[in-house]
Parts: sequence; structure tokens; C-alpha cells
Amino acid sequence: MVRINVNGEERQVDVPEDMPLLWVLRDELNMTGTKFGCGIAQCGACTVHVDGTPTRACQTPVSMLTPDSKVTTIEGVKGKAAQAVQAAWQKLDVVQCGYCQSGQIMSAIALLTDNQNPTDEDIDAAMDGNVCRCATYVRIRAAIKDAAQTMRA
Amino acid sequence: MLHHLIRHAAQNGFGEHGFPESGFAPGPLPAPSRRGFLKAIGVGAGALVIGAHLPMPALAAEAAPKIVGPADPRPHAFIIVAPDNTVTVLAKHLDKGQGIVTGLATIAAEELDADWSQVRGAFAPANQKLYANHMFGVQGTGGSTAVANSWDELRMAGAAARAMLVAAAAARWNVPAGEVTVSKGVVRHAASNRSATFGELAEEAAKLPVPQQVKLKDRKDYVLIGNPDLHRLDHISKTNGTAIFAMDIRRPGQVTAVLARSPRFGGTVKSVDDAAARKVPGVIDVISLPVGVAVIAKNTWAAIKGREALTVTWDDAKAETRGTDAMLADYRKAAEKPGAVAANKGDAEKAIADAKAKGGHVVEGEFVFPYLAHAPMEPLNAVVALNPEGGCTIWAGSQFQTVEQMVAAHILGCKPEQVKIETQWAGGSFGRRATPSADYIAEAVMIAKAYPKAPVHLVWTREDDIKGGRYRPLVLHKITAAVDAKGDLVGWKQRIVGQSFMTGTPFEAVMVKDGVDATMVEGASDMAYPVANLAVDAHTVASPVTTLWWRSVGHTHTAYAKEVMIDRLAKAAGKDPVAFRMEMLKDHPRLAGVLKLAAEKAGWGQPLPQGKGRGVAVHESFNTYVAHVADVSVDAKGQIKVDRVVVAVDCGEVVNPDIVKAQMEGGAGWGIGHALRDEITMTDGKVDQSNFDGYLPMRMSDMPAVEVHIVPSHERPTGAGEPGVPTVAPAVANAVFSVTGQPLQTLPFSRGGIVS
Repeated sequence: MVRINVNGEERQVDVPEDMPLLWVLRDELNMTGTKFGCGIAQCGACTVHVDGTPTRACQTPVSMLTPDSKVTTIEGVKGKAAQAVQAAWQKLDVVQCGYCQSGQIMSAIALLTDNQNPTDEDIDAAMDGNVCRCATYVRIRAAIKDAAQTMRA
Repeated sequence: MLHHLIRHAAQNGFGEHGFPESGFAPGPLPAPSRRGFLKAIGVGAGALVIGAHLPMPALAAEAAPKIVGPADPRPHAFIIVAPDNTVTVLAKHLDKGQGIVTGLATIAAEELDADWSQVRGAFAPANQKLYANHMFGVQGTGGSTAVANSWDELRMAGAAARAMLVAAAAARWNVPAGEVTVSKGVVRHAASNRSATFGELAEEAAKLPVPQQVKLKDRKDYVLIGNPDLHRLDHISKTNGTAIFAMDIRRPGQVTAVLARSPRFGGTVKSVDDAAARKVPGVIDVISLPVGVAVIAKNTWAAIKGREALTVTWDDAKAETRGTDAMLADYRKAAEKPGAVAANKGDAEKAIADAKAKGGHVVEGEFVFPYLAHAPMEPLNAVVALNPEGGCTIWAGSQFQTVEQMVAAHILGCKPEQVKIETQWAGGSFGRRATPSADYIAEAVMIAKAYPKAPVHLVWTREDDIKGGRYRPLVLHKITAAVDAKGDLVGWKQRIVGQSFMTGTPFEAVMVKDGVDATMVEGASDMAYPVANLAVDAHTVASPVTTLWWRSVGHTHTAYAKEVMIDRLAKAAGKDPVAFRMEMLKDHPRLAGVLKLAAEKAGWGQPLPQGKGRGVAVHESFNTYVAHVADVSVDAKGQIKVDRVVVAVDCGEVVNPDIVKAQMEGGAGWGIGHALRDEITMTDGKVDQSNFDGYLPMRMSDMPAVEVHIVPSHERPTGAGEPGVPTVAPAVANAVFSVTGQPLQTLPFSRGGIVS
């Protein structure tokens, strides 16, 4: 049995220790908002927060988490940055297919939590690990700036 | 083999089994629109049916509203007005991000006079009779046809449903229907100051007959169509993780399967040692199938680990064992000889020789386009459950429902209508989810048949996807063209070598004529520039490597080769690239219109600083007209960066301007991203790339600013999903050419060392 804390709840799962957090979330806990895109931490579709840090769940064996680690997924993300980011995404209709957007949003929330006035270079650095094959990048950039403005106001 | 299956299924299954009326449509129904597909499999005579690739005249004929006329508005097939006051518009098309659920709902809601806040979208069931794409004859999405083929039927459905609500209100209030008005989802009788919501009238309206005549709105009265402020119907569910894709389907008892496939295309299973795989915790079963070896497990991780533990020996007797370099060498050899004729007017050879002799200029170009994967963000997957009464239910991002029904029915030995499809939001497709063989759906059904104990979720990993074929073909173009001493384009010779993805499918009969696959030469043999002496021919080469349409199909390479050549010819003629094109597009006002608009908005002609370049390209695809102007920087080391792209698009009447804008933004990213770094290569028949570490997707830092300008138009709506792709890469190439004088003729650009 492995114990993990997801979105503030203690969960126990009976899985091998090498199972990535991604599959624990998706297949064991039925939390499908976190997506499988590449399995090798190249696309960012599986981005969650571990203790607030954006983390690729596909390359995080569940055994790497400590009993104190707090995992936050798209289903449970809260707070000022999360609200601002999701509202901006909705205001600008960022999504197309939407499959990468949980990961994009988790990365954007982490960026804005640390930096409420990101430059284009900051956005490039924070978001380059998140691939969008629909290439919604123009709107992702605009939405991050919009959310940053909301947070500063 | 699957090609054979579907041909067999189409010929035998399609003709024998009727398609029962759906519970969705109590009213009179039109005759099944299978004429087109029967034609596609070589039965009967008539117009072309594959709208993605149709030449213009046939498309226009098919697009005419003859299948669904005013006498047959059948609102219940598309619109559900519920007592809770929601209006659900059923989308017969797959939404893979292009926004079609929103687009189709907008069209119906406009005529219904619904309030946008009450409108919902849902995917229609698989039912070829009710939901055929009128440009295909079967239910399917592709070729940027979704709005174009739904435009009439959804307006009529909306108007019919509105008339029924009005009639219900008139009856309830005992007033003349002519005095009843509808606005924003509220039905009113002003004189008696009475009103009712749609929901309040739904039950009474449902008992009324479907009107046989409906009046459509004048476009000046549109509230929703053309409204830039409407939000997409999926903009909330896709930002909070609640949107469900096929990957997220969880049926009771569901197991996960991954499939070991031959590392070489055309290879087959010789022997399997599954002892180690079966010992992996969570692995339930290992099953050998004609398409590979399936590992079935409790969860995805166990299935993947189980497959890693398999030892499979493959028989390569019929496999492709060449590398892509050797294939290209073979293409070049083929190009030495004439191919099958795709276009021939005047005497191109003579015109080019004359130009050369009389002070003109001859330009030669060889263009190489690599294999490209679609790599949608959601890897291919499907859940299949066998139904106790026979047949099965498929949960998938289903793009070719009728084809998938036929293929699944053939595998299971049931009727196509016993194959139910629950279409889900698809995490991208770019053409990949629509295959003439229903490839991954067929795999999932075969596994479900072999393992009937539980619903099976077949999951492709990203490696399966990148190595899995159905690529945009590797294509070689050789072009020789000439301008005369006055600088007029007088002759054009073009030879194209590539694989045909229509040959061997049910679509071959219509799409391959006299040895020419229309999708290989579209955009070249029918080019708009009025060259009097034009010769285009093509060689179709065979390989077990599987290929497929890929966002904008043949135009991905034909538009590129054409537009890069045009810039070289303009330079040879001493003419400005925009002016050179404008003088040739006098008889093409819509092409000239987008070219002029893009050039104006981009500031064409203004001087640029050192190291900056500006390039242009213009093209028609899928009846939509697009021009791009690209601005690039070339640094001291010759490295390029795309700074800005200006797009002008004319796609007729625009249903959702913001979605068209989004498609142009995304289309620009798609076109540039692949031009920069993407290619699938093979060594000894094995694919060299396996994931996004080798097949390099466009990322945020590569993305230029994109400015979109839409031409206001009252023409019939066409498509927006694909036409934003073909011209962006040649515009970038021409911008680089304007700085370096070096034409970029081998893709991707990283091959030339100008992109890191």
C-alpha cells in the first residue's frame, strides 16, 4: 500500500512502487483531468503540483513522494492564481482540442504564483515544457498576461 | 489486409443491411445518402464524393441543398429542446479542437432564436442515414467540410424547431402564430403580454407535426452567426479537467491493452515468448493477433511493462527494409522518367526553351518533403465493449463513424448498425483519426473479440504513435519554370513522386484517375496562376510504410513548392513578389483579395532593418482562400526566427469569427512547427524517432505573433480547419529567401542548419 495526499485528501493505493503518479491518478484514483501525452516528460500534459512545484507526473514514481508530499491536480487546484488563470483561459477561449490544457494551466498557475509580472521570456521559460499540438500558444501567452494583470489589480 | 476488410465490408455489409430509423427522428426521413459511398466503392455513377479532395465543380454540386430540402427539416435529428429549457444541438461531426460542436450549435441556435446561454452541444450517435456528411455520403469528418455541409440542414432544423415552438405557444394562448415572436429563447405574444420559455413549451411543441416549409432568416438579422463574442461551448470543461476524452473513459471492469506491432512496416509476427510478460504484476493475458501481440492488464502501467517484457520475433519478408535516404534516391530515379499526366496544356517544354533562348529566365527547383506524423496530443485509443445482444459499443474520438461501424461489424460478424459509437471529444487529430481502414478502432475491436470478458481500452503510447505510420507521405517535386523577357510566367513543368494513400482503399475508384491520386497533385495541377503552358505529372510509388491525409493534405507540399518557386521567378523577373502574384490573379478575385489584405495589413513594401525579411504566399484549399505574410529575423550565424505572421482568410460567411481566428493561429503554428524541425526518418526500415524528444514539436518560444484578418463575405461558408496551413511555411521560406537569397527547398529547415 502506498499513501499519498492528493488535493488535500489522504489516499491509499495498492500499486507497485515504480508506478508513475500519472497512472496512480488516472487508473487507480479515476482522476482523469491529468493527461497522458508522452510518458517521458517531454510534453507536460501530465503536469501536477507537488508541494506547489510543477511536476511531470509521468516521470514521478509514486515511491518518490514522501508521506508529507501534497499533490495538487487540475481537479483540486485553488487560490488566487488558479482562479485568475482559469478565468483568463475562459475569457480568451484559449482551448482547442483541450487535451494539453490541464498541464498548461498547472504550469501557468505555478509561474504566476511566483511571478505576477512575467515577461515574454519568463513565459517562454515556464511554458516551453508544455506542448500544444493545436498551437494555442498565442492565446496561452495572452491569457497568462491577462491573469497576471488580474492578480496585480 | 484491413484495406481488403473494409472493401469487403463495404461491398457486402453496406449493400445487404438496411439502416434502421433512429429514435432521434420521428419525422419523415430522406433516402439514405449512401449513393456517394456506393460510388466510392465503384458502384453506380454520379458525382465525386470525398469532399476533402474534390475538385471545385463537384464539391459545389454536392454542397447544393438537395439531400435535405425544405420539405425535410427533421429537427429532432439535430436539436433537442428539453423541459429544463436547455437546447442541445447534436453534432454529427467530431470536434477535435476545431470548435465544430460550437459552430454547428451556432448555426442551429441562430434560426431557433435561442439564447446562447441555454445552448449545449453533444455528439450525435453513429447513424449514416441521419448523419452522413453530405460531401462524403458517409458519416465522417474531414476536408474542412463540417460547417459547409451542415449549413443548410442545421439552419432548416433550427427554423423548423422554432416554428413548432411558435405553433405550440399560439395554440396555448389561442392567438395567431403570426403574432408570436421569438427572441433569446423566449416566445412572446406582445398584444396579450404573454411569454413562455422554450422549456415550458417543449412538451407541447414535441406533439406537433414537423413543418414541411420553413423560412430562413435574412442574414442582416443574425444575432449569433458572425458574433465574435460567443464563447466556445467547451471553454469551461476544457479548463477545469472535466472534459471527457476517450482516454478518460472508465467502464465497469475495464481492462487496458497495449499492442506490440512490427518495428518495420509490413512485418508480421513470427514467434512470441510471453512468459516474462505474463509474470508482470497486473498483466492478465497476452494474445497474438494478425495485427500484433496484445498485452491485457489491470491498468495502463502494467500493460506497458508487460509489453516491455515480451520477446517477439518478426517476419520481415514483406516489410519495408529501406531507409528514407534510399527511398528518396529511388524517388529521384523515378523522377527521371515521365509520370502519369495530371495536367497538360500548351507546350511547357517548348515555352521554357523559347524563354531561355529569347532573354527570359529559367528556374529549376527540387523540393523534398519528409514523412510527417500527426501526433495529436491525445494518443490514439478506444474503449470497446461487446454487447450482450451482439455487436459492440465503441467509445472513441470517432472521425469516420460509418467506416468504423463497417469494419467493426466485419470483425465481429454482426450488422454495422449493431456497432454503437459513443463519440468523445478528441485530443487533436489533424487527419489521423480518420482512416479508410479504421486502423486503431479495428485493433481495439479485434482485441475485444479475443478477450470478451471485459470492456477493453486499447491505448497507443506516444512511441506507438510516432512509429505507427499513417504519415504525411515523403514527397519529391521537381519543377522547371520560366518567365519570358517581359517577366511573364510562360511555362511550368512539374513532376511529383510519392505514395498514394487512396490506392487500395474504398476511395481509390473516385480519387485515383489514370494513375494520378488527386490528393498528390491538388494545388499543383489546378494552380490558379494562369500559365499557358503547364505540364504536371506524377509517379505513385509503393511501400509498406502507411501514409494518410494530414492537415491540408496535398496542399501541404504542393502549395509550398508552388509559392517558393513563384518567389524565385519573381526575383528572376525583377518583380516584387506581391505585385508579380497580383498581376496573375486578375481572374481570381478572392485570392487577389486575401493577398491584397494580408500585404496591406503587414505593411508590405516598407523597408526592413538589416537581418529582417518578409515573405508572402497565397493559395486556395478546401474552397477557402488564404494569404500569409511572414516576418523573420536571420541572425549573424544564419539562424532564423519567425517574428510575426499576418493571415488574411476568406472562408465565406463566417459562423464563429473567433474560432476562425483560432484556427488561423493554430494553423500558422502547425505549418511553421513542422517546417522548422519535424521529420520522420527511417534507417533500414525502422523509424528513427520515437517520441517528442526526437520528433520535435513547436513550443511556446517558437511561436510568432499571429494577426488574423477575415474577409467579410456573404458567400456560402467553407472551411477553416485546414486552409490556414498551406501558405504559412512558404511565406516563412520566402521571407528567409528575401534575406539570404537561398531558397529553402528541403524540409524541415533544420536540415539546412538554419534552425537549432
